[in-house]
Amino acid sequence: MDTYYHAKDLHRFAEIGREAPELWQKFLDWYTAVFEEGALTAREKALVALGVAHAVQCPYCIDAFSTACLEKGSTPEQMTEAVHVAAAIRGGASLVHGVQMRSHVDKLSM
Amino acid sequence: MALLTLTNTGHPLADAAAQRATLAALPMARPFEEAVASAGHAPLHTTHLGVLQINVGKRCNQACRHCHVDAGPDRREVMPSEVVDACLGFLEASDIPTLDITGGAPELHPLFRDIVGRARAMGRHVMDRCNLTITRLPSYAGLPDFLAGHGVEVVASLPSHSARQTDAQRGEGVFADSIAALRRFNEVGYGVEGSGLLLHLVTNPVGAYLPGAQAALEADWTRELRRRHGVTFNRLYTITNMPISRFLQFLIDSGNLQDYMDRLAGAFNPATVDGLMCRSMLSVGWDGRLYDCDFNQMMELGLAGEVPSTIFEATPASMASRRIVIGPHCFGCTAGAGSSCGGATV
Repeated sequence: MDTYYHAKDLHRFAEIGREAPELWQKFLDWYTAVFEEGALTAREKALVALGVAHAVQCPYCIDAFSTACLEKGSTPEQMTEAVHVAAAIRGGASLVHGVQMRSHVDKLSM
Repeated sequence: MALLTLTNTGHPLADAAAQRATLAALPMARPFEEAVASAGHAPLHTTHLGVLQINVGKRCNQACRHCHVDAGPDRREVMPSEVVDACLGFLEASDIPTLDITGGAPELHPLFRDIVGRARAMGRHVMDRCNLTITRLPSYAGLPDFLAGHGVEVVASLPSHSARQTDAQRGEGVFADSIAALRRFNEVGYGVEGSGLLLHLVTNPVGAYLPGAQAALEADWTRELRRRHGVTFNRLYTITNMPISRFLQFLIDSGNLQDYMDRLAGAFNPATVDGLMCRSMLSVGWDGRLYDCDFNQMMELGLAGEVPSTIFEATPASMASRRIVIGPHCFGCTAGAGSSCGGATV
């Protein structure tokens, strides 16, 4: 069955650098530096990335960072909590826009 | 435990030749021989004899889903006493500093305590690869005291500090039993600072992925086991799951085999080759046959060249320098930070 997303395409990510190699290299350098051990551990950063992957709903990122989280020693329980954090922020972000809805309704209403 | 071994369920992968054929049929970017050659090792060779590892049998009180030995309660292979004598005679004739006892659950061997006592009397360091839960069986409850009395280094398996993950791999209730066992080891001084009694934990991934960075995981494990369970240990060893026996079966059944082998081969790290355990080890099977490592033993890949094939004919001089037998499974020991019986190698 054909789909818009193909899991194997993740391995072709570097092809995006063909038409703009300098920009690709800058991205790679920055990306690599971001995930190095710092004030946060590499394991903690992978959990943040997993949460963001769900927030932006990127299937490539979800596959990649699910593996990364496991390989860095996170448990499925910890990973599930990270996804809930992302989902809660997404849900809360939608809900807080309800204030804008209320303001607009108030403005229009008698 | 409900899970029976491949051998006793008549599974085709119980046959080592079938396992070798399965791996040989996979398309790989390059063979392992070419990978180690690129690291300056053509062919791969031993450096010295630092460890004599004896697999005293395939009987085990557990039947873990990833076991490369296909060990379990229904296995009957036990090292006969004449093989035990030959192993200890070989050890005594050598200057090998360490005897590494593995299985199965090695403590189930009727001569286990005798083997430990004799090796210690020779002044050799002894390591026991313990599954922890064996000490929860009434007949083996005295093991921690016995091991402590002989100063044996305990290398204990615990894949995860999460009960769910550990039980998923090793069987329902294994985590709780393992924690109870660790508390008992702590009570007799194992893993307690200043006691001199070494208790190391071995973690391997609960699935088709590589282990994490050993030092980072050790810090997490130290914190989590102390905080949640009041348990202490010395070092955490990370070990990569090998595509052998029941883990090979899992890889096939779950559709992960090719991706996993690609992951191992793609993560080949030339810096791991110097520390490969096969380069300083001699492995003895329950029946006295000789191998370069426990993994080759389970794949029934005997020693290469014109060297003795059993412990009965072997001499330390004849075993010191050997060409190592390799195969696609060897990518498991060279991926990422490397993997050995002592954890990561770089």
